[in-house]
Amino acid sequence: MRLIGTRRQWLQSAMSLVAVPAFAQDDQTGGDPLGSMQYPSLREQTIGKASARFTDQVVVKGPAFADDAMNVPLLVDARGLDKVGGGVARIRVSVDRNPVRQVLDFEPLRALPMLAFRIRMEQASPVRAFVQTRDGQWHVGSTWVQAAGGGCTVPGLTRADGSWSRTLGQVQARFFNNVIDGSRRLRLRVMHPMDTGLVAGVPSFHIEQLELQDAGGQVWWRIALHEPVSENPLITFELPTASPPAFRLVGRDNNGNRIDAEVAA
Amino acid sequence: MKHGLLAVLCCAAVGAAAQSLPVPPFASKPDLARLDYDLKPRQIAPGTWVIEGEVADFSRANGCNIINTGFIVTGDGVVVINTGPSRLYGEQQRRAIERITREPVQRVIALNLHPDYFFGHQAWADRPTQALAGSVAGMQAEGRAYADNLYRLCGDWMKGTESTPARDGLDPQTLPQTLQVGGHRLELRRLEGHTADDLVLIDHTTGVLFAGGLVFAERVPTTPHAQFARWTASLDQLAQWHAAGQFRTVVPSHGPVHDGTAGIRQTRDWLQWLTAQMQGSAERGLDLGEVLRLPVPERFARWAAQPAELHRSLTQWYPQFEQRVLVGGPSAR
Repeated sequence: MRLIGTRRQWLQSAMSLVAVPAFAQDDQTGGDPLGSMQYPSLREQTIGKASARFTDQVVVKGPAFADDAMNVPLLVDARGLDKVGGGVARIRVSVDRNPVRQVLDFEPLRALPMLAFRIRMEQASPVRAFVQTRDGQWHVGSTWVQAAGGGCTVPGLTRADGSWSRTLGQVQARFFNNVIDGSRRLRLRVMHPMDTGLVAGVPSFHIEQLELQDAGGQVWWRIALHEPVSENPLITFELPTASPPAFRLVGRDNNGNRIDAEVAA
Repeated sequence: MKHGLLAVLCCAAVGAAAQSLPVPPFASKPDLARLDYDLKPRQIAPGTWVIEGEVADFSRANGCNIINTGFIVTGDGVVVINTGPSRLYGEQQRRAIERITREPVQRVIALNLHPDYFFGHQAWADRPTQALAGSVAGMQAEGRAYADNLYRLCGDWMKGTESTPARDGLDPQTLPQTLQVGGHRLELRRLEGHTADDLVLIDHTTGVLFAGGLVFAERVPTTPHAQFARWTASLDQLAQWHAAGQFRTVVPSHGPVHDGTAGIRQTRDWLQWLTAQMQGSAERGLDLGEVLRLPVPERFARWAAQPAELHRSLTQWYPQFEQRVLVGGPSAR
């Protein structure tokens, strides 16, 4: 039960958020269509003092109910902003009511501005994708994910059985064509325990950064991951149909372990 | 996504559409204020009664009573099959049986390790409680987690409930086992696939099969301990026994009591569709979040516990299909 024992910490931080009048306006949700009091502080934590426009051009989809709170599948699609503000520069995903709220920071670069991945959730919460277009504007899409109180139902398997050390940093990847029009899908898994640091005696240990390079060293996308991303992250990217057959995946975790693997069709 | 849809349609065409069954309205009117399940035994064969749960998912409104329990009044003691989701259920089950017969209960049998099969055992502490040895071990290992989950889902209905595993583990080597109890010839057999140890009880005197969790009717099967290929083989075995005239009436743990193989075929149809759906989706490269949104064939859409139970199954099992495809080499194209 990785996240158990964090509830009190979370409650304390939530209480302090409510108490601090940092956003002393009538609407304490900062205009959030989901009506979350945590939204203003989440926005500040995620994008600083900038403002963000709520929009359905950023699609965030989660399950109706998080049956496995350790692996909650999320889809983010910002293609609706392709023709807005010069197109998408970065996507930051964060969760209002998680002990660690920042999930990932994705720069699509030459890839499509969309991705699918799984996260851990401690309780029911809004999930946000803050998308910055090249003109500097921020746009935010949200969804509400229901989860059982108490969060986790299954412990992190490879941490529980100790097998993580044998597979650390291994990469599995496969391309799929024609899943969506105009894209070549890359599904990628990097074996890593992604410890949250919230379990007694197990410090935070997670992949910090990954990027996809072609043979000429050009970067096709770059992503920074934070603790809430599920164990052995499986991430789905969409590349243009006209992309090279082979790439190199390069990255590191917060302990300095290198990730370096061929990714080829 | 177009191809994903096509795959679904193809799979739908392959599975022979199983006949549908009428679902009678829930006979009980659970009263949360009084914590009264309003259990209503219904006689289905000589000496044979079932207490039917709602054909639905767990909810506070139905008291989390979604299981069919049964009892057989043999003339030489009562045999109880499954004891429901809580201590209160077991107590009220016991009183309901005592209203129908003065015969003492001579044994209590739980057909598998799932909580609604044995969480009423607290009310039967003075009677022999039996289950397959593997089920007993599972009850012991998982009982506390089940209790946490049911307290969360069912609230006050769970008051005072503590996981109380069956005490008498049946050695699979001793099965099949025929018991002559009073006027009934009862046979216990071990199958598998819904869980690692699925006990079924055939009453040869009345032709009633207590099928446990192997057979669902008009309700999405639950799969937390499923072994899909073995489950399908067990369903084929049941169909053979039916064809050989070994039973006529099927009491599934979830869904209406019925004659014939409609429930067996429904369950088989579902398992085949579900596994084909997961395999096909993984090969197409779909993410779990996309698979959760695929449409369900018409013949399954009306079933109880849809789509929650489907989503539980996909969330638990789809990652294994994804993983096999990821490590299985390059894409087909």
